[in-house]
This record gives sequence, C-alpha cells and structure tokens, in this order.
Amino acid sequence: MPALRRRARGGGEEGGRLTTALLLLPTSLWFLLLLVAPLVILVVYSFGLRAPAGGYEPAFTLEQYAKLPTRAVAFRNTAIMSVASTLLCILVAFPLAYFLATKAGRWKTLLLVLVIVPFWTSFLIRTYAWLVILGSNGIPALAERLGIAHDLVLLNTPFAVMLGIVYNYLPLTVFPIYVSLERLDKRLLEASRDLGAPPWRTLWQVTVPLAAPGIITGALLVFILLSGEYVIPAMLGGNKVFLLGNALVDLFIQARDWPLGSAVAVSMILGMLATIGIYMKLTSRWMRGTGRSGVSLI
Amino acid sequence: MSRREERTKADRALAGYAALVYLFLYVPIVTVVVLSFNAGMHATDLRGFSLRWYGEAWSDPFVTEALRNSLEIATTTAVLATTFGTMAALALNRMRGGLRAVLDTLVYAAIMVPGIVIGIATLVFVVLAFDWLNGWIAYLWPAGSTPPALSLGKPTVVAAHTLFTMAIVTVLVRARAAGMDRSLIEASGDLGATPWGTFRQVTFPQLFPAILAGFLLAFTFSFDDFIIALFVAGPDNTLPLYVFSSIRRGVTPKINAIASVMLGVTLTFLFVAQILLRRTARRPTRAPGVGSGGPEGALQEAA
Repeated sequence: MPALRRRARGGGEEGGRLTTALLLLPTSLWFLLLLVAPLVILVVYSFGLRAPAGGYEPAFTLEQYAKLPTRAVAFRNTAIMSVASTLLCILVAFPLAYFLATKAGRWKTLLLVLVIVPFWTSFLIRTYAWLVILGSNGIPALAERLGIAHDLVLLNTPFAVMLGIVYNYLPLTVFPIYVSLERLDKRLLEASRDLGAPPWRTLWQVTVPLAAPGIITGALLVFILLSGEYVIPAMLGGNKVFLLGNALVDLFIQARDWPLGSAVAVSMILGMLATIGIYMKLTSRWMRGTGRSGVSLI
Repeated sequence: MSRREERTKADRALAGYAALVYLFLYVPIVTVVVLSFNAGMHATDLRGFSLRWYGEAWSDPFVTEALRNSLEIATTTAVLATTFGTMAALALNRMRGGLRAVLDTLVYAAIMVPGIVIGIATLVFVVLAFDWLNGWIAYLWPAGSTPPALSLGKPTVVAAHTLFTMAIVTVLVRARAAGMDRSLIEASGDLGATPWGTFRQVTFPQLFPAILAGFLLAFTFSFDDFIIALFVAGPDNTLPLYVFSSIRRGVTPKINAIASVMLGVTLTFLFVAQILLRRTARRPTRAPGVGSGGPEGALQEAA
C-alpha cells in the first residue's frame, strides 16, 4: 500500500511541476518587472546624467553621488528627525506597553485592540486630522479665545512633524515592547524586589534590559518607515521641515532630475539595509534564548 | 504597608498615563468626524448637526470622479492580488530548496520596501518600458492614422499596488495553508478526485477566510495609498490625491466629510479582515513545525 501511494504521488510530480510553474508565473513576472528590474534601473540611472528636458541620459559617472552633499540638509534632517522621534515614540510607548502587560487585567484584549484601531484607519486622514487640530482654526483659535496665547503658530514647525510621527507610529512601538514585557519572567522582578532593590532600580536594571528586543524592534520599524516619509513633513511641516521623502518627490516629480534622485534613493535604500543588518546582528544574539518578538498588527 | 501604598499610587499614575495616551490616539479622529457633521465652517463655529458637507462633496464632480477612480483601482488591485497571491502561495507550499528561498525573499522585500521606493521604481521602469513600446507601436502602426501611446494612469497605479498587496495575500494564504490538514488532500486524491476537484472542494474552502481577508486588506491598502499614486497616477486623480491637493489650497469642511468616509471605509474593511484572520489563527494547527512566525513578522512591516 505505501508503495502504491508513493508511485501515485511520483506520477503526479511531472504534472505537478508544470502546475507549480504556471501558478508562480504571474507573481514572478510582477516581481521581476516591477521590483527587481526597477531597482536595477535605479542603480544604473544613479550613474547617469540628467537629460536637458529632464529624465535620464546614459553615461557612467559618479557626478550624481558627488552632488549628494547638495541635499545634505535632507539627509541631516531625516537622521535627526528619525532618531529624535524614534526615541520619543519609545518613551511614550514604554509606560503604556508596561501598563498593558502587567496591570490591564481583564481589559487587556480590548485595550490592545484600541491601540491598533487608529492604525487601521487611513494614514493620510490621520495626518490630516492633526492639520485640522494644529491649524489656525484649531488649537491656536481656541487659545486665542481663552486668552492663553496670541498668534500661536503650531503648524509648519518641526514640533508638528514630530507630533504627527509619534501619533502615526505609536502602535508600531507599543506592540513589540508589549510582547517582550508580556513574556518577561515575573519571578525575576520578584527576585529583584526581594533582594531589596527599589522599584526604579528594578525597572532600569531588570525590566528595561529584558524588554530590549521589543524596544529595538519597535525602533527599527519606526526608523525604516520614517526614512521615506513624505506625507507627514509635507502636510504638517509645510516646506520648513525638509526630509528625504520631500527631496525625492522634488527630484522625481518637480525637477525631473532622475539621476540625482536615483542617487538619493539608492543611498537611502543602502542606509535602510545597513540598519536592518545591524538589527539582525543585535537580535540574533538576544533572541537565541527568548524566541521571536514578532506580532501581527493587521 | 507604606510600600504597598506607594505601589498603588504608582499604579494609579500609570493608569492615568494610559488614559491620556488613549485620548491622544482618538481625539484627532473623533474631531474630524464631528466637524464633518458640523453645520458651521470651523471648529470654533459649532452650529449643530448637518449633512451639508457630505452633500457638497457628493455634488462635486472632481470628488466623485476621484472616488470612482479609487474604487476602480482598489477593486482591480484586490482581484489581481488575491488571484495571483493565492496561486503563488499554493505553489510555494509545494516547493523546496533554493528557488523557494529566492521567491520568499522577494515576497518579504515587496512588503517591506517603503511606498516611496515602489512609487519611484515603478515610475522609472514604466516610463522606460513605455518609451520603448511606443516606438514599436508607432513603427508597426499602419500609416495614415496616429498610433496610440501608452502613458501613466490608472493601470500603472494598479500594477504598482498589485506588487505589494499580492505579496501580503501570499503570506496570509501560506500561513493558513500551513495549518491545513494535509491528510484531507491526500484522502481526496486517494478517493479519485482530480487535482482541480480537490482544490475546489477541499483546499479552497479551507483557505477561504485567509483569501477573503487578503482581498479586503489589498482593497484597503490600495484605496488608502497616496505616495505610490503620487508618482504613477499620471493625469488620473484618486481620492487621497484629491484630498492632498485640496488641502494645499486650504482646509474646507468638505474635506472633513470626505475624510470621514475614508476613515469609515478603511476601518470597516480592516475590521472584517481582522476578524477573519483571528478565526483563522484560532484553529488548531496540525502541520508540525510550521509556525506563523515568518509571515507575521513580515506583516508587522506591512501594516
């Protein structure tokens, strides 16, 4: 009987291979034409020249990479904004994640869902909501009426951009931290307390280090998504907060300087890959014993 | 005793902090929805309930055209992504070795690559390909009439959206298929069913919740996308593009109405998808050693 079955399956193998190939055809075509080929073209373009009317002119030169310093502001702003808002996200998210993991009790599931729900709604509209709140008819008008402040300007400032980033990316940081805190061995906290450590010391020397994988995962997610962010700085920062996303839109759509745009994009992608590489190095060491800290957000 | 008091005090502070964060998360969304029903022009001008701005949005031909385009693009994307993504998931589950690893990497890459990169890459590729193809069309076209020219528009947006939504469907369906009872498929084959018959009567019903969830996610992500459409929509307008460009001309209550509709659509679709996926996850998995770790990890980025 097993022999018979093996033969039956072996016979299916021939037709099976063809079916497999056919099933994979559309996806492979898509990946090849719209992911692999375009990325190769982007690299090729980054060594080319801008055609007089915009677009690309074939060449092999490092001119575009030499011109990168002209966009140094965008690189610097993105780096500063990424680091600052990633830190801020973690700072805001950690106490909430700690609360959810240890104190929420029977409300835990509901409260967790409530953290993700805003994340399920339109990203553009979530950012737009802050435009309404921070705009001249929002908080500034309210402050004026209450006599707290006059001519308050909140919109088109780095503060508004930072607020938009923290608002949009908070769930991404809360979840990984929550998962690592949830898995934390509570006996370690008891041990720390029994040995006479004050709560702050337990938090700083036991809880935070054990939650490190979650913190790092959250930071990576924010950092990667932020590197190409355009909507938030464009909507809440006016043109005063110029990030890499703004530079790319500017170069590809307005200036039509595709080679320089490609050079910026390629550098950005390399920066992202380097960050992921460092992350993998860090976490492979951490996660060996503790298991993964992945969570699904959708 | 004093230590315990100290602890309850700290607990209370923590709960208060959590409440503040929830306020922070919900006040903006609620504000937009409330203002969309406000008869007055601004937040400082609350005049009672009205559907005035919804009516104004609905009677604006630019808005309805953008809405129609968005629905068209999202539906086409969702159909293509679900079909191709499911096909790829079935194939990947039967494969072993190097090619599978390559395809797996591409699936995760398609999900993780930021939208702005997909937008730029599609723009650059499509313009190059269309230039080349248009040359051939013009060359082969019979003389005397102007040959048609390919250009950016709805189809290019669909192509770009299908890339990453297809990958999401693949991941979801694979996770579901991994938890499927293989002996049922074998039994079906042993009982003489054709492969297509087995798929229709055994595999598909088991995969259906994941496929439907994939469809809903693909629709939502496409409907909601702004950054890819910005690069490849050409002259065609979508709802997010309309909202973004009209904000530049100033915030009007009409946009609040459109925004509320978009909030409602995305929230409903993702909510249903989430319920379907939860139900999928709760089923006992019988395939040994096939955790959902990888796919879940990738979806984290997708979201």
